Amino acid sequence: MPHTPPDAGDSAPVGRRAVLGLLGLGAIGVVTGSSVQNGLSQMLAAVQMRDPTGLTSQIPLGDTWRYYSVTGAVEPRKPADYSLKVSGLVDRPTSYSFADLEGLPQTEFDDTFQCVTGWSVPDVPWRGVRVSDLLEPAAPTDDAVGVRYKSFDGTYTVNMTLEQARADDVLVVLAMYDEPVTHDHGGPVRVYSGSMYGYKSTKWLSEIEVTSDNAPGYWEDRGYPLDGFIEDE
Amino acid sequence: MSDSIEIDRFVLAERLVHRVFAVLMVVCIVTAAILYNGALMMAVGHRHVVETIHVWCGFALPVPLLLGAASKAYRTDLGILNRFTRTDWRWLRSRSRRDGTIPVGKFNAGQKINSWLVAGSTGVLLGTGVLLFWPDLVRLSWRAGATFVHDWFALGLGLLVVGHVTYAMRDPEARRGMRTGRVSRSWARAEHEAWADEVTRNVTAGRGAGPQARRQ
Repeated sequence: MPHTPPDAGDSAPVGRRAVLGLLGLGAIGVVTGSSVQNGLSQMLAAVQMRDPTGLTSQIPLGDTWRYYSVTGAVEPRKPADYSLKVSGLVDRPTSYSFADLEGLPQTEFDDTFQCVTGWSVPDVPWRGVRVSDLLEPAAPTDDAVGVRYKSFDGTYTVNMTLEQARADDVLVVLAMYDEPVTHDHGGPVRVYSGSMYGYKSTKWLSEIEVTSDNAPGYWEDRGYPLDGFIEDE
Repeated sequence: MSDSIEIDRFVLAERLVHRVFAVLMVVCIVTAAILYNGALMMAVGHRHVVETIHVWCGFALPVPLLLGAASKAYRTDLGILNRFTRTDWRWLRSRSRRDGTIPVGKFNAGQKINSWLVAGSTGVLLGTGVLLFWPDLVRLSWRAGATFVHDWFALGLGLLVVGHVTYAMRDPEARRGMRTGRVSRSWARAEHEAWADEVTRNVTAGRGAGPQARRQ
């Protein structure tokens, strides 16, 4: 169907080329974006550190945190009012205050927070109590299969198998960046698993329930894999 | 001819495409801001609901653009937007491009470029959005790349939309053209002289199918 405009003689279909060019640029960006982004953010990290306005953190340079919440505004909880229950299929259900958790042996390491959708924040300093150190005194019963992390946002849950939860890099986090975990990061206490995608790292943790199954949690019910291990590059 | 004469600029199909695309785009932008900005996310929450609205409005974006192709006037205008003439280059480079010395057709060079960038960016956002929404499709480093591309193209498209709306706010007659389909002949002569002349010629020649001028 020719729709040649009257001035087609001295004209060229630049529009089609521009659109195809943008699509090509997008495709190249998908394939190389990961490394381009790393270079860019290293270059501009110095600028970001000195930016008092915080505007540069809104530029999509990568390596920036993105804050997720699946409910309405979550009521912030102070460490003084905080308690963590270890419940379910255990011989000794336990409840820890924030001070109790601080009194337990602490594990510290730097590791990447990796979201399943692709964004990540490298080398985050984490400190907290290993989940295995909370499970052991509670003594899961013989029919225990998994643990269910529950959030005091009232909605979010996620599961791990007992074996996954006992890994050395699964923490009940009390501090990030050597500071108390902020409310936006899921403080005062959140989960972090170094080997798994972010959706396994429950924010605003209130309870670790030992369960007889490994049931899908909030995002797994909405399509994310139950096995949340970060794939190898 | 007097200034009370009106010229048909956009047929109903084109105005509907524009309206539906604009509504979807605004919803995409508002939900994108909530998903992206930490303070907004924390205030609004309900990430899954916001994400679902964003994703499906995004997937719907090309639908009005494709359905519009059923209209002959829409296809003709697409053809005009697609082609860049020597006059368009001259208009772009000229410092006095707004004074009317270079006769502009139905769309000026800026409008053409805007349409390409919006169309291309929408396509890129759609493609990368698919990769983000179904994380099983490609490997992690490509998903990271898709996030990177999605963020930057979203920023670019957001700026294009802001520019587009800014120009529209300055020109009530241009807005009326998109709202009612008609513009005054005097506006057309001032902003799109070559097009105004062409429409007038067609009417004088009594060609029924083309754009029409009518006396109010």
